[in-house]
Amino acid sequence: MILALILVPLIAGAGAFFMRSNRLRHALLLAAAIVHAGLTAVAWTIRPLSQLGGWVALDAAEMLFLGTTSALFLAIAVFAIGYLNREGQGRLADIEEGFLFPNAPEATFVGCLLIFLSTMTLVIAAQHVGLMWVAVEGTTLASAPLIHYHRHHRSLEAAWKYLVICSVGIAIALLGNFFLVVSAGPAGERISSMRIPELMAHATELDPKWLKGAFLLLLVGYGTKMGLAPLHTWLPDAHSEAPSMVSALLSGALLNCAFLAILRMHGVCVAAGLADFSKGMFVLFGVVSMAVAAVFIVGQSDYKRMLAYSSVEHMGTAMLGVGVGGIAAFGALLHVVNHSLTKAMLFLLAGNILGAYRTKTASQVTGVLRVLPVSGALWLAGFFAITGSPPFGLFVSELTILKGALDARRFIIAAAYLALLLTVFVGMAMVFLRMAHGTGSGALREDAPARERFSAIVPPAVLGLAVLVLGLYVPGALRTAIDQAIAGMRLF
Amino acid sequence: MTDWIDAAIALVVLSNLRLLGTSRLAACIRIVAVQGIILGLLPILFHAGNLTLRVALQATASMITKGVVFPWLLTRAMRGADTRREIDPIVGYTPSLLVGGALLGVALWLGWRLPLPVPAGSQFMIAVSLFTIMVGLFMIVARRMAITQVLGYLAMENGIYTFGLAFAEKEPLLVEMGILLDVFVAVFVMGIMIYHINREFDHIDTDRMSELRG
Repeated sequence: MILALILVPLIAGAGAFFMRSNRLRHALLLAAAIVHAGLTAVAWTIRPLSQLGGWVALDAAEMLFLGTTSALFLAIAVFAIGYLNREGQGRLADIEEGFLFPNAPEATFVGCLLIFLSTMTLVIAAQHVGLMWVAVEGTTLASAPLIHYHRHHRSLEAAWKYLVICSVGIAIALLGNFFLVVSAGPAGERISSMRIPELMAHATELDPKWLKGAFLLLLVGYGTKMGLAPLHTWLPDAHSEAPSMVSALLSGALLNCAFLAILRMHGVCVAAGLADFSKGMFVLFGVVSMAVAAVFIVGQSDYKRMLAYSSVEHMGTAMLGVGVGGIAAFGALLHVVNHSLTKAMLFLLAGNILGAYRTKTASQVTGVLRVLPVSGALWLAGFFAITGSPPFGLFVSELTILKGALDARRFIIAAAYLALLLTVFVGMAMVFLRMAHGTGSGALREDAPARERFSAIVPPAVLGLAVLVLGLYVPGALRTAIDQAIAGMRLF
Repeated sequence: MTDWIDAAIALVVLSNLRLLGTSRLAACIRIVAVQGIILGLLPILFHAGNLTLRVALQATASMITKGVVFPWLLTRAMRGADTRREIDPIVGYTPSLLVGGALLGVALWLGWRLPLPVPAGSQFMIAVSLFTIMVGLFMIVARRMAITQVLGYLAMENGIYTFGLAFAEKEPLLVEMGILLDVFVAVFVMGIMIYHINREFDHIDTDRMSELRG
């Protein structure tokens, strides 16, 4: 079951590389996404047994992240097929400098997309720290070609930056893994393999000094991937240059995978009695990420970059929630799910806007509501959702984190958190509202489609609806999963 | 046998300093390859008395990738780019060597401060691995060319591998091979990107790729 979840997209991805017909490749992409989502849904109801001697397993936390990733991928696959049919072939004029550029071959794109899904599934399912590392590096390698989909120099720069920064970050995480092995040294034969459950069971026997070092290195390493400030520098470039569905996938799924890896290490630290240390680090990185993101969001002129910085902000929020602990940890996990859905929706809509207006500069886009009625309405709704306004899911999760901070009597953190959220709200409002309103004349490209395509609006609309539902009530199954995840990873 | 191990470790240190002090790309590629081969030999030296098939396999795979495949890939990339040396690094070669000396001091101090709770092959293992990691990181930030940055990444990877050598038994073969595969694919993808950078910019300086900011 778990192996099928990993192997189906992998094999489909390999197949996509060698397929001749584009039509067939699109069908393969959609089929793999549906099978993956179907298997995930089955796994939700009957928790599959761990496989490969406990190296891969799906518990509550894993299911939470896997469910989000799989649902997102399905939405993005539908969107991608429409996108590829529209813009896949031929040369396009560059939106900023006007030169013509081709796109990467579709075989590469679809193949990498599917392999990317496979590696992300492996990150989520992996219980062995070494396997997890291999999988995280795998996600970097599979997604770098996706960022370089538009073959021009800016996307190349973004992809190179992404590849180098993340590879270095993940190399640091590898050192962290070795530190972890050293810290397990005194336990001798009792820790026979470096699996997370085993490490947690024997956590008190780990050498605390080396464990602390391991945690820091892994936090920095995977934190680079997760986009925590000040290690986030690849993120705005990659998100703004990649095609929109890739940005959606990076923001909505990849960052979560890295977060899960960090959460697992946190669990080991808590079990070893180092909770204060690791929680302090979570709060520190959380606040710094939120602050840095807020600075760059205010006055940001490129709306895709703004969405990217907003991801930094929300990852910071989730870190803060876990760092505060208590009910805030519940809020943090809920926040991760909400953020994924909302951000993916916004990136897909940004893709629609980019397609119609051919510019990423926010000030040149006006009247989205008039020009693209459905996308425009969703764009506005997405703005309220992402800034944590009621009645959307992020409102609930951000409020829960605030409540957690107040419960823990950490008033300064709560005040800083509120101030930063407010700053981000104002910064984003200025851009989003101006884009949505106005006449929208003159700015459009000549061959803009007369009406919005089905495949371009249904996926974001469904994602938006899901966020709305999560804001109105949290389904029992999700609540149980989060509670179990918190208990499993000892996030309280 | 410890003499041989210490000699190998000293060679790694020297290769790092040489890497910092040379501008010729071909030489840099060779140095990193030699480093990879020395590090591949180390586990064989550690287990000289009781060499198992697993250790031999691992060491061979590592030596072939780092000593043969990577140099070949990188030399091809270099030929494609039609460049022989790094002309104008961000930090010059003499200052780089001085930095290298300082880093060596820091690494030795750290290695002395961080004794392993389990016995390692040699008392200098940690210091050398930290030194190699730091040299790799320094190469990545102090050089402009994409190839030299990849070499820095490889040196860093070598350093981490050195650290892992001290307790290779704990890591299962599957993970070792996975790590090697990842590094291989990473260099492969970077090689492809260097090819694209060449075509796009007519050179492989990454610092001209500086339009994305803010």
